[in-house]
Amino acid sequence: MLLRHTTKEIIPRKALTINPAKTCQPIGAMYASLGINSCLPHSHGSQGCCAYHRSTLTRHYREPVMAATSSFTEGSSVFGGQANLIQAINTIFTTYDPDIIAVHTTCLSETIGDDVNQIAAKAVAEGKVPKGKHVIHASTPSYVGSHVTGFANMTKAMAMYFAKATGKHNGKFNIIPGFVEPSDMTEIRRVAVAMGIKPIIFPDTSGVLNGPQTGKYKMFPKGGVTAAELTSCADSIGTIALGPLASADAARALDAKWKVPCQVQDIPIGLAATDRFINALRIAAGVSVPDIITQERGQLLDIITDMHQYFYHKKVALAGDPDHLIPLVEFLVNIDMLPVHIVTGTPGKAFESRIRELTSHLPCTVNVKAAGDMFQLHQWIKNEPVDLLIANSYGKYMAKDDDIPYVRYGFPITDRVGHSYFPTTCYKGGMRLLEKILDVLLDRMDRDAPEEKFELVM
Amino acid sequence: MKSISILEKRKSQIYRKGTDEFDMTCEKKSLAGSVSQRACVFCGSRVVLYPVADALHLIHGPIGCASYTWDIRGALSSGPELHRMSFSTDLSELDVIYGGEKKLEQALLELIEEYKPNAAFVYSTCIVGIIGDDVSMICKKVAAKVNIPVLPVHSEGFKGTKKDGYKAACDALFKLIDMNTEPLEKIPHSINILGEFNIGGETWIIKDYYRQMGVNTVAVMTGDGRVGDIRQAKKACLNVVQCSGSLTHLARKMEVEYGIPYIRVSYFGIEDTSSALYDVASFFKDDPDIMKNTTRLVQQEVKNLLPELEQIRKDLAGKRAAVYVGGAFKAFSLIKALRHIGMEVVLVGSQTGTKEDYEVLKDMCNPGTVILDDANPLELAKYVLEKNAHLFIGGVKERPIAYKLGIGFCDHNHERKIPLAGFEGMINFAREVHETVTSPIWDLVPRNGIKG
Repeated sequence: MLLRHTTKEIIPRKALTINPAKTCQPIGAMYASLGINSCLPHSHGSQGCCAYHRSTLTRHYREPVMAATSSFTEGSSVFGGQANLIQAINTIFTTYDPDIIAVHTTCLSETIGDDVNQIAAKAVAEGKVPKGKHVIHASTPSYVGSHVTGFANMTKAMAMYFAKATGKHNGKFNIIPGFVEPSDMTEIRRVAVAMGIKPIIFPDTSGVLNGPQTGKYKMFPKGGVTAAELTSCADSIGTIALGPLASADAARALDAKWKVPCQVQDIPIGLAATDRFINALRIAAGVSVPDIITQERGQLLDIITDMHQYFYHKKVALAGDPDHLIPLVEFLVNIDMLPVHIVTGTPGKAFESRIRELTSHLPCTVNVKAAGDMFQLHQWIKNEPVDLLIANSYGKYMAKDDDIPYVRYGFPITDRVGHSYFPTTCYKGGMRLLEKILDVLLDRMDRDAPEEKFELVM
Repeated sequence: MKSISILEKRKSQIYRKGTDEFDMTCEKKSLAGSVSQRACVFCGSRVVLYPVADALHLIHGPIGCASYTWDIRGALSSGPELHRMSFSTDLSELDVIYGGEKKLEQALLELIEEYKPNAAFVYSTCIVGIIGDDVSMICKKVAAKVNIPVLPVHSEGFKGTKKDGYKAACDALFKLIDMNTEPLEKIPHSINILGEFNIGGETWIIKDYYRQMGVNTVAVMTGDGRVGDIRQAKKACLNVVQCSGSLTHLARKMEVEYGIPYIRVSYFGIEDTSSALYDVASFFKDDPDIMKNTTRLVQQEVKNLLPELEQIRKDLAGKRAAVYVGGAFKAFSLIKALRHIGMEVVLVGSQTGTKEDYEVLKDMCNPGTVILDDANPLELAKYVLEKNAHLFIGGVKERPIAYKLGIGFCDHNHERKIPLAGFEGMINFAREVHETVTSPIWDLVPRNGIKG
């Protein structure tokens, strides 16, 4: 059986990934591109890449996901994909008429050495790019990093293509939200505005991948950061990048080229990370924290207080992306839980050391691995069982096999709804996370309680 | 939506019955820059071989190709489920520079040692075709060490269309069959079932029909597939091929090499299922019992399902459907099945249809029906609205488009959970269509001018 394929005995593997906890760069780039208003992502590679990314994003968001492809053939892989891309640019502008095409590469076009920068310039020179329209691009080889890297590369690309300083501050603040849900991007905006900040948020997939049912199909929904906003981000007072892996590159590039001072924060997941985010906003806006935010913080704290006995020393296994896992682990530690097994598929040693710092004082051994996989996580769980599993939908196999209370978190979530509408970031999102965690923990207690101890009040 | 223009180069891939002259262009690569619903060579190979449950499926390439195909197809197994795991060599930059052969060899050896599969399929992805790893050589080398068939699947994404992927999968299956050098002894009244993938348990339904008819099934390729059965496939008297494109190549090859004739069938809908079973029965003329059994089976099954179908038909009569599927053969069956429940097809298209397929479609459809090859979402949306469809039948990427337009949807691709094959499947299909088309939700959502 599928669920029984994980062996308890851990044999070191060198050449092989089993049940991945990551996917490849281009899908991250595609997701980021969808956060630009009137933008069609374009996959410069074989047709399959684009189809797979669209299918995966569609399964996760349950929304139409539009993207075009260069449809590589054997010919293009020998002679280069220039002709395909130029034809594609022409096709896209004449048929679908977006304002922007965001080209990302694939392992194929990277390896044959296509220079997308030069091709895009050629398309402009040949008049294939109508006036006022844009072709931006990011290099996203699938064999480097993960989907998070692709997101970071495209986010940097959109900033660097458009940003142009006028020498006059626009009174705004750039916030790069990282690889989070559209709901989180909305929440981050709400909180920033409540703090008195005028934010430019990029990318911003809210309204694109969590749109309403309107009876109409729109290829380019209303949402997304606009080209004008992206241009203006060089005039902003500063940039806050949320998530070192997904957002820092863009923020640093803006700082280096346009002298927009940047700071890199964790994604505001949980109490402490949100505190840091609010504090950064407070300093940026030069205001004191408004009551509404203080109240939300208090409410989050109130739930933790009310229910803290249920969190006490519960062991947790997690799989996900580094930018999420770091504040999430911090949050779990803060509420007295014990994150004991933590895996990300995304490579990078910084992740392991951050997790080690956050968990060094815990009264248990902590397993942590970057460039790991779900199989590894499952093996750890078999050797040291846990009370809670937090992972994307692929966690469900482990949860069923070992009967573990399970909260879906991350990308992709293909078997539940809610993630694109309800945030897990900032204080409100923290409350929702706690609700989800408590629901599965308490449901488990109810399920396992003998009749005489089956309690109404918990 | 009225302003949506159709690409000049796409015009020959769209046909309106009754108004245009029929000269459909198809079987060509999608135009670069189009938002095609199509996939690649690797995808074609992966979906065909995936249901072989006791084989190891190792994807040689960067992680994406493995991640995106990890357990996304509802092909059920009655036993082992090794096929539902995701194995990848996860090639990194250094591998791309220095080659991935060593990594591949090591991965194969580790996995075969651990899981003791009955065969291994190694899928080449785009990058492998570029960096020039000799996958065949590694497979041979490993096979010699481990004593199971280790088969390369030449499925580099850019080397053609999804159909070429089917072909690469067929080549791998043929190799597996051909390796068996046991004396060729025919099993009487036996068939191989080809192009049936056990989505939602469909293979089990079909196999059971054949069992009731007195026909022996040697191997199913590949639904609930087993390496051992596939290796016996030479012993069958007849290949019964479902699904337009995917396994015809293998059937042809087996006809040439082993003299096994093949017939093409569909198990979707009442007529097609019946004729499939009758066609097989009439092949085994030497045993009149088989035809007798078949007649009895078909009559009983049809009798069982007609009353409910009649009920459903009352609600659905006059409603209009749009169909966009992978293979055109599936579309033929769908048109017939939809007629059974009183629905009219107003748009029909496929990703991989041939010119002959579109000829057949043209003849089947009513005047005014739009026929599309390799459509993009804008075209689909445009014609769904123009034709006032109540139902869309398609796959994962079409579902949200249908819902956004405020019309019902039925998944006829690999993400569905219920069997739609056979007589039982016809009822399931009718129920599913009924469920979605008559849902009260369509009275609540703003529908873009769709009436009636």
